[in-house]
Amino acid sequence: MWQLRVPCNCHAYALRLDLPHSTGRTVRDVHVPDGFINAPVSVAAGAVAVAGVAVALRGARRELDDRTAPLAGLTAAFVFAAQMLNFPVASGTSGHLLGGTLAAILVGPYTGVLCVSVVLLMQGLLFADGGLTALGVNIVNMALVTVLVGYGLFRLLLRVLPKSPASVAGASFTAAVVSVPCSAAVFTLVYAVGGTTDVSVGKVAAAMIGVHVLIGIGEALITAVTVSSVLAVRPDLVYGARDLVKPLELRRTGTRDGAPGGTPDRASGPAGDARTPEGPEPSGASA
Amino acid sequence: MGAGHAHRLYVPGASPVHRLPPQCKLVAVLAFVLLVVATPRERLWAFAGYAALLAAVAVAARVPLRLVLRRVVIEVPFVAFAFLMPFVANGERVRVLGVAVSENGLWGAWNILAKGTLGVVASILLAATTEPRVLLLGIERLRMPQLITQIATFMLRYGDVVTAELARMRVARASRGFEARDLRDAGVLAKSVGALFLRSYERGERVHLAMVSRGYDGRMPVLHDVGATAAQWSLAAALPLTAALVTLAAWSV
Repeated sequence: MWQLRVPCNCHAYALRLDLPHSTGRTVRDVHVPDGFINAPVSVAAGAVAVAGVAVALRGARRELDDRTAPLAGLTAAFVFAAQMLNFPVASGTSGHLLGGTLAAILVGPYTGVLCVSVVLLMQGLLFADGGLTALGVNIVNMALVTVLVGYGLFRLLLRVLPKSPASVAGASFTAAVVSVPCSAAVFTLVYAVGGTTDVSVGKVAAAMIGVHVLIGIGEALITAVTVSSVLAVRPDLVYGARDLVKPLELRRTGTRDGAPGGTPDRASGPAGDARTPEGPEPSGASA
Repeated sequence: MGAGHAHRLYVPGASPVHRLPPQCKLVAVLAFVLLVVATPRERLWAFAGYAALLAAVAVAARVPLRLVLRRVVIEVPFVAFAFLMPFVANGERVRVLGVAVSENGLWGAWNILAKGTLGVVASILLAATTEPRVLLLGIERLRMPQLITQIATFMLRYGDVVTAELARMRVARASRGFEARDLRDAGVLAKSVGALFLRSYERGERVHLAMVSRGYDGRMPVLHDVGATAAQWSLAAALPLTAALVTLAAWSV
């Protein structure tokens, strides 16, 4: 049940509405509905979310300049699609990708925050997934916290680990595995301040963090393998590991490095050298 | 935007609700949901009043009730959560049908069910009467930074394309005999996610080049304006204003 089932292209949105919910076994992460958190705390979380997104807007322009809209838009579409990919957590339940850490490592923290926030905004406005008044809480939990914790930890680990693809995979695994329970912990914190129900904070914390430790492992596996597979094919596209890409050097005949048999200049296009034979076939040329 | 088919969530129509400018509807829905959330949970009649207001909007917009009910399914997970509440919450125990449950828990469950459902129905009505593209114009009118609405536009435009790509990958996996059984199969799924990211990002690069070659300089030209008149604003305000009366009554009783 946890594999993506799309009957037809035009049912793509129906999938979001029907499949994961009607089964009732999918763990919907922390898409908080209206009425779960009281009005003042919702408004306060909304203010934090607005501030965070404003900072991300400024930073994303620096990360991508005038390419921001199309690239961040397509990355948001990617996060939206990737969130449909469910994976098994424990017997009978499955979680889906949050994608905050993955997006931050691949396209940069600011763009990552923007992409996940836009996905949440659209889910709230169009798909009624997550309450409109809870949008601030959702953005704080699922965009700001996952990206801050995940990306921060990822960069910290890369600084101490040796510069190799294996440590990129390890760092992204650790970052994702920590970021998901952190998001659950922040949700518990918000609940402790503004929760409308009388379930003790301890119980909520135990249930939320317990489940999300499990979800975090699945998320971390997928994040690490995804980052490594992108790193193998287009290392220039992994923003978080961009200092691992060696600058291309121009080799000339006559120097010691030159190839003996007469292929003098082997400088190829950007990242051309890094393509591995087992990479996926290049995508179609239509835009 | 040249999406290949009409959006599934939108119910085409020409009712007064459909014709309202998107920014008016957005403000109305947001104010309405905020008022609902701020209502004390013990005033059962207030929530009945809100539901009646939404029903009136649905009738005015000629959105079939069956469609609204079908989409309310989205809240099934938190309905399940709400049903747990009376059993795990603290506070005095009362007996309902011979089972001891927490009274506070019952109120908590009611609170989430009522407010959550009203919020979901309000969102459904908004999405059913406003095309996503127009909704984005409305958000932009409300001073949302243009970059956000541009990103959202691209997400909506290419969401179908990327999802379809993911579906083709699933078919490809399945036709090679792959069936994900447990967490160890996550590697295969993750490789698909990696390929999906590359294809999405490279598509983004091509889209950007295509846009630059047509004169894109970081801003989108405004093709049609969605200005609102005072009459339209006051028509849209009918919903939150009536709701505000209900809220006031609920607080003062």
